[in-house]
Amino acid sequence: MLRYTVRRLAQLVLVVGVLSLLLFAWLRALPGGPVSALLGDRATPQARAQLEAQLGLDQPIWVQYWKFLERAATGDFGTSTGVQRGAPALEVFLVRFPATLELSVFALLLAVAVGIPLGYLAARRRGGWLDNLSITWSLVGVAVPVFFLAFLLKFVFAVELGVLPASGRQDTGLDATRVTGFYVLDGLLTREWDAAWNAFVHLILPAVALSTIPFAVIFRITRAAVLDVMDEDYVRTARAKGLAAMVIRRRHVLHNAMLPVVTTIGLQTGALLAGAVLTERVFNIPGIGQAVAVGFQRKDFPVLQVVILSAAMVYVLVNLVVDLSYALIDPRLRTR
Amino acid sequence: MVLNARRSRIDELAESTSDSGTSLAASAWRRLRRNPVFLVGALIIGVFVLLALAAPWLAPHDPAQRILEHQVSRATNTIPPVQEGFPLGGDQYGRDLFSRLLLGSQQTLLVAVLATVIGLGGGLVLGVTAGAFGGWVDSVVMRAVDVMLSVPSLLLAVSIGALFASQTQFTVILAVAIVQVPIFGRLLRGTMLAQRASDHVLAARALGVRETSIVFRHMLPNALGPVIVQATLVLAVAIIDAAALSFLGLGAADDSIPEWGQMLGGAQTIIDSHPQLAFWPAGCIILVALGFTLVGESLRDALDPKRRR
Repeated sequence: MLRYTVRRLAQLVLVVGVLSLLLFAWLRALPGGPVSALLGDRATPQARAQLEAQLGLDQPIWVQYWKFLERAATGDFGTSTGVQRGAPALEVFLVRFPATLELSVFALLLAVAVGIPLGYLAARRRGGWLDNLSITWSLVGVAVPVFFLAFLLKFVFAVELGVLPASGRQDTGLDATRVTGFYVLDGLLTREWDAAWNAFVHLILPAVALSTIPFAVIFRITRAAVLDVMDEDYVRTARAKGLAAMVIRRRHVLHNAMLPVVTTIGLQTGALLAGAVLTERVFNIPGIGQAVAVGFQRKDFPVLQVVILSAAMVYVLVNLVVDLSYALIDPRLRTR
Repeated sequence: MVLNARRSRIDELAESTSDSGTSLAASAWRRLRRNPVFLVGALIIGVFVLLALAAPWLAPHDPAQRILEHQVSRATNTIPPVQEGFPLGGDQYGRDLFSRLLLGSQQTLLVAVLATVIGLGGGLVLGVTAGAFGGWVDSVVMRAVDVMLSVPSLLLAVSIGALFASQTQFTVILAVAIVQVPIFGRLLRGTMLAQRASDHVLAARALGVRETSIVFRHMLPNALGPVIVQATLVLAVAIIDAAALSFLGLGAADDSIPEWGQMLGGAQTIIDSHPQLAFWPAGCIILVALGFTLVGESLRDALDPKRRR
């Protein structure tokens, strides 16, 4: 188990290393080169010359790459040129990330909480109305652009019916205490129940919109996995030796069907982050989605660079955790 | 391996149809013809392709001309209403919405097809290189693919778009296409590796067939099944991704040639007061994407007898 973990950590380092190389190449390939990328188009010649010297652009390329790595290792990714002019790019990212993470986690929880039970039920009653309905929805859901679904939900529930808030993370008049940047968690930690509830209500529509695609995927994988497992010899054996139906379902079917499902959940991380970027725009949530859109329009490459690097790290880390969690689900892997 | 998970899922798809031969193609077609999912999807796509082909003759007005301009007042944000000769009214610049929708089908289908072809081409090069050579070439290519897969597709598309000084329809297509390259690459590599170990390849090698001939005449044709399925699904993904880029403000700057994603992205600021400007292009996108998804899914089922859906 330890060797397994260490080997996976080593591969994580490798991926991040290659990614840094690609990011370095990306920054150099940007229109106007790295100086324009870091300072923007309207920089004075003095500032450009100063930065060129500072970045060591006259030095050999591997020295430059090493310097880039050194700065990155200390969290120095340059200064924001558009999203929040003058602020360190890392800080611009860190301030916005909790909103995105909060939204993504809620959406994923929703997708798992609905997708796994529905997938299981659909497999048990194959060809029933629930099965057909869920399959239809999982096909249609994939064809609907996330941001359009977000618009629809906002239009119906916030604009027309007025039952849920249309934008933001919390009502501005609340004056809630900030601890972690996760508003629901903050409210719970400080026992400001109304603040937590308010933040939660703001999350409902965006989380529902964002969860459709992960839901569709998790549902279909669960259904397929349960169908596969139900055909296995050990399930037939369990049934033949007269085990209670409940025990067979829980210990033999569901347990064994979870492996591909957990894998799928890990793989949804990237789609979830991308979807969050779009959903945030619709609901005016100040997360990294805003940083990406504004950053691109104003050519704020230092911020974009941090966002890309962080998103990839989150994806790789989540999938590392997923890989390690296999050992918990499947005892056979523990001995390897 | 860190990204073992995603890899194994694509590899699994790769293996599932790697044994396909001509007889399978025939039986697949027999199954397809009776599958209502396929028929509905094919019908949707057929209708839209016909509309796209006939659009220049069907469209009542020039989609780029601001015919209803005098009705539009920027201050009050008025949109020209439905009227005689304008069945859907005008857009925010006084252009005929119906004509733009019709001609938009051309551009949108073009985006989908070009992005898929470019993505497939890139993936073909990567996958065949890795799958045919194996060894360290395979390791290097696959590490690069891992890294590309670890960046969320939308962010990858955004960062590719950023490499161009200005956004055109082509840069959008390219950004959407490059995102698909690692996915196609991994899929092809998996199917190619499965082919390498198969009996007919061993037999060909034993007979002394040249290595390039083995790769292109014995391995590649047999590895294409899952790739065709994936390509059909990517047609839908490409349309949605292009729309997402437009929505983030990264679409083509010039909108004289209409495209649905761009129309949808452009409508976002006035969606609360004039939802029809977003609903029409969005409806078209959803229908076409659904069509491609249905065809892709039924193809997958038809090519893989083991799959129960």
